[in-house]
Amino acid sequence: MKAVKRSYYWWNKWTGYSLLILLLVATPLITILIKLFDSPGGSWSHIANTLLFGYFQNTIFLLLGVAALTFLLGVSTAWLVSNYEFPGRKYFEWLLILPLGFPGYIMAYTYVGILDYTGPIQVFLRNTFDIHFKGSLIDIMNLPGAIFILSITLFPYVFLITRSSFLQQSKTLQEASFLLGANRLKTFIKVALPMARPAIVAGIALASMEVLNDYGTVKYFGVNTFTTGIFRAWFSMGDSNTAIYLAAILMVFVFVILFLESIQRGNRQYAAVNGLQKPTARIHPTIGKKILYSGICLSIFLLSFFIPFLQLLNWVSMTWDKVVNKDFFLLIYRSFGLAAVSGLLIVVFSVIMLYALRLSPFKWVKNITKVATLGYAIPGAVIAVGIMIPFIGLDKWIYGTLFSSKTAGLFFSGTLFALVFAYIVRFMAVGYNPVEAGFQKIGIHVNEASRLLGIRSTKTLWKIDLPLIKTSLVSGIILVFVDVLKELPLTLILRPFNYQTLATKAFDMATNEMIAESSNAALIIILTGIIPIIFLNKLIEKR
Amino acid sequence: MFKNILKSALLAITGLILFSCGSGEKEEVVNVYTHRHYEADQKLFDMFTEATGIKVNVVSASADELIQKLELEGANSPADVLITVDAGRLYRAETKGLLQSINSETLNNNIPSKFRNPEGYWFGLTYRARILAYSTERVNPEELNSYESLTEPQWKGRVLTRSSENIYNQSLLASIIAHHGKEGAETWAAGLLSNMAREPKGSDRDQVKAVAAGEGDVAIVNTYYIGIMLNDANEEERKAAEKIAIFFPNQEDRGTHINISGAGVTKYAPNKDNAVKLLEFLSSAQAQEFLANINFEYPVNPNAEFSDLLKKWGNFKADDIHLSVLGENNSDAVVIFDKVGWK
Repeated sequence: MKAVKRSYYWWNKWTGYSLLILLLVATPLITILIKLFDSPGGSWSHIANTLLFGYFQNTIFLLLGVAALTFLLGVSTAWLVSNYEFPGRKYFEWLLILPLGFPGYIMAYTYVGILDYTGPIQVFLRNTFDIHFKGSLIDIMNLPGAIFILSITLFPYVFLITRSSFLQQSKTLQEASFLLGANRLKTFIKVALPMARPAIVAGIALASMEVLNDYGTVKYFGVNTFTTGIFRAWFSMGDSNTAIYLAAILMVFVFVILFLESIQRGNRQYAAVNGLQKPTARIHPTIGKKILYSGICLSIFLLSFFIPFLQLLNWVSMTWDKVVNKDFFLLIYRSFGLAAVSGLLIVVFSVIMLYALRLSPFKWVKNITKVATLGYAIPGAVIAVGIMIPFIGLDKWIYGTLFSSKTAGLFFSGTLFALVFAYIVRFMAVGYNPVEAGFQKIGIHVNEASRLLGIRSTKTLWKIDLPLIKTSLVSGIILVFVDVLKELPLTLILRPFNYQTLATKAFDMATNEMIAESSNAALIIILTGIIPIIFLNKLIEKR
Repeated sequence: MFKNILKSALLAITGLILFSCGSGEKEEVVNVYTHRHYEADQKLFDMFTEATGIKVNVVSASADELIQKLELEGANSPADVLITVDAGRLYRAETKGLLQSINSETLNNNIPSKFRNPEGYWFGLTYRARILAYSTERVNPEELNSYESLTEPQWKGRVLTRSSENIYNQSLLASIIAHHGKEGAETWAAGLLSNMAREPKGSDRDQVKAVAAGEGDVAIVNTYYIGIMLNDANEEERKAAEKIAIFFPNQEDRGTHINISGAGVTKYAPNKDNAVKLLEFLSSAQAQEFLANINFEYPVNPNAEFSDLLKKWGNFKADDIHLSVLGENNSDAVVIFDKVGWK
C-alpha cells in the first residue's frame, strides 16, 4: 500500500513539467560546470597568489556589511509601518520600496556626483560662502561606501518581504503574547521576529546575491571582489577558464548562503494552519514617538531615494533636450516589453515547479528545484557565455543538418529568444522566492481538502491555490520586472543587432563618462519601476 | 494533445525559415560589433547608409565580450566588422584568428602605416593621447617632464590616476614595459603608486575634478575627456576643466603614449565588401573631421583637419612603438599592477 502511494506521488505531470523546466534552466549552469574540468588558465596561479585573499576579504566584508545594514533598515521600517500609526505611515509603505528601482551603479555615480567637487553641495558652499573642500565632501569611493550604496538600493527586498510577513502574522499569537505580559518590544523580539525569520532571511539572501553580482558599483569604487576578479581574469587577461574557476568559488558563497537559509528554515512550517487571519491592529504611540518614527522613515527615504532622485532630475534638466527623442521612446517600449514577458514566464515556471513540490513529499524534489534558482548568483556575463555555448551549438547543428550550409547565420543566438531565456535563468530566484513563500503561507491543508473532495490537481491549483497566493504572484512578476529593467551584462552581450534597452543606453553614456546624459534613461528605469511598485503595494494593502 | 504540439512546432519552424529567408534577401547590410558607444558613431553610420544605401546593424558591448562572442560564433558569426577603443584588443582578436587581412588602397592611403597592422588585419581610426592634466594654481609646467619623472620624491601625495582595471592604464604600462623592460616597469608602477594622492579609483573625469578640488596636483588622463568636460552641459564641470591645463609628457625622449580606436574585418564576414566600404568611409577625411570635432579624438587621416580644441593644444611628439606591442605586453602589465598593489 505504501509503495503504491509513493509511486503515485513521485511521478505526475507536475514533476514532469518541473524536470523539463529544470533541465532548460540548468543548461547554462551545467555548461559552466563542464568548463570547470578544463584546466585553469595561465593566470590562475598569478591570481591565486596575489589577489585571491583580497577578493575573499572584500567580498565577505561587503556581504556582511550589506546583510547587517539591509537588516537594520529593512526590518526596522517594516516593523514600524506595519505596527504603528504615525504621520506619513501610509506613504512610507510604498515610498520605502522605491529605491529598488535604482540600479546600484547609477546610485553610485549619483552619490559621487552629489558629493564631489562639481556637485550641488560643494558648488553651493563654494559660490555662496567661499568654502572650499579638498576632494569629495565625504569619501564614499571605498568599501564602507560600497556597503552604503548597495544597502540603500537593496534594503527594500528585506522591507517588502518582511512587511508582508508582519502583516500576515496572526493576531492571536501577538495578543497571547500581550496577555502573558510582554510589551511591544518583547513581542517583537520573541514572537514577531522569529515568525518573520524566513521572510527576513529570504530578503537578505536576495540582497546578498545581488551583492555578489554587482559589478558596476564595486568597479567604480575600486573595491575588488570576486566579481571584479572574474571580469579581470576573463577580460583583462583574456583567460576564460580562470574566470570560470573564480565563478565556481563565487558559487560556493552562494551555496553557503542558500544552505544557511534552508537550515534556518528547517522543516518547520511557519504558516498558520488556518490560513489567513486579520492582521494585528496598529497602535497609536505618543506624539514624541510618532515624530521619531516618522523621522526614521523619512531620513531613510531621503537618503535612499529622494536626494539621489533630485540629483538625477537636476542632470536631466540640463541634458534632456539632447537625449530625449523618438528613439528614446522606442527604448522605453522595448525595455518594458522584455521585462513584462520575463516576469510572467518566470512566475509561471515557478508555480509549476513549486506545485510539483507541493504535491510531492520527497525532499530531493525540493533540493533539485532549488537548482533552478542558482542563476541569480552567477554573474550575468558568465551566464551569457553559458547560454551562448549551447545555443550556438544548436544553431550550428540546425544549419549543418537542415540546410547543410555553414555560413548562413544564427537562429537562436542573437535573438530576443536567447535574451529572455537568459533573464529566466538569471532571475528565476527573484520570482520563485515570493511564490514559494506564498505557498508556504497558505499551508497545504486547503489543497489537500480540495483533492480529498475529488478535484483534480490542475483545477485545485486554479481554483484554490492560485487565488490564495495572488499577492505573491504579482510580487514575483513585479520584482522580476524591475530587475530585468535594470539588468546590464546579459543584455549587453546577448541582445540582437540594433537593440538598445534603457539600461544599456544609460550604461553606454555612463561608460563614456557622460553621467549627466545617462540620467535620462536612468530616470525612466526608476520611474517605470515605481508604477508597478505602487500597484504592488495596493495589492498587499488590500489584505 | 500531442498532435497539437507537433502542429505548432511545425508551424513555428516554418515561420522561422520563412523569416530567415525573407530577411536574408537583397537588402545590403553590414553588421558591426563595436565597443565605441558614442553618439557621433551612430551619426556617421547614418551618413554611410545615406551615401551607399548599405544599412549598418550594430551590437555594442565591451571589446572583450565581443571577442568572446566572435570566438563562440565561429564561422556562423553574422559580424562583419569589429571596432575597439584600444590597440591591445585588436591585437588579441588578430592573434585569436578572428580577423582577416584586408588590402585596400584607400585604407592604406588614408591611414599612415604606424596606425595600422602591416598585413591589414586592423586599422586605427582615431587616436588619443594619455596626458598629464595639472593644476594651473599649484603646478609650474616646468616641473613636469615625463611619466617617469612623476615617480620622483617631489610628487609625493600629488599624483592621481584611475584603477589598473582600466585598459588605458594597462596600455600605458605595456608601453613602459616596451621601453624599460618588465623590471623597469615594475619600479615605475611601484614608484607612481607611492606618490599617489589617494587610492586609484573613479573615472578619468573624476581625476580631473580631484585636481580642480585640490586633492592632488597632476592626473594621468586621456585627452578627449578634457574636451568633453570643457563642453559639458553643467557649468561647474566646465569651470573645473578650466582650472587645469594639459601637458604632453616625454616630449624630450620617446614621446607621449598614444592609443588608437580601430577596426578590423572579421574572418568570416558575410558582407566583406560592405565591411571594407564602411572602413574606407570611416577613414575618409570628411568622416574623420566629424569624429574629431564631436568626440575630441585625433583623426588618423593626415588630411583631416584637427578640431579647434586640438589645434589649441598644439602638435606633439607621439611614442612611435608599434601599437601591437600594447597588446603583446598587456598581460604582463596586468600582472605587474597586481604585484605592486595598484588596485
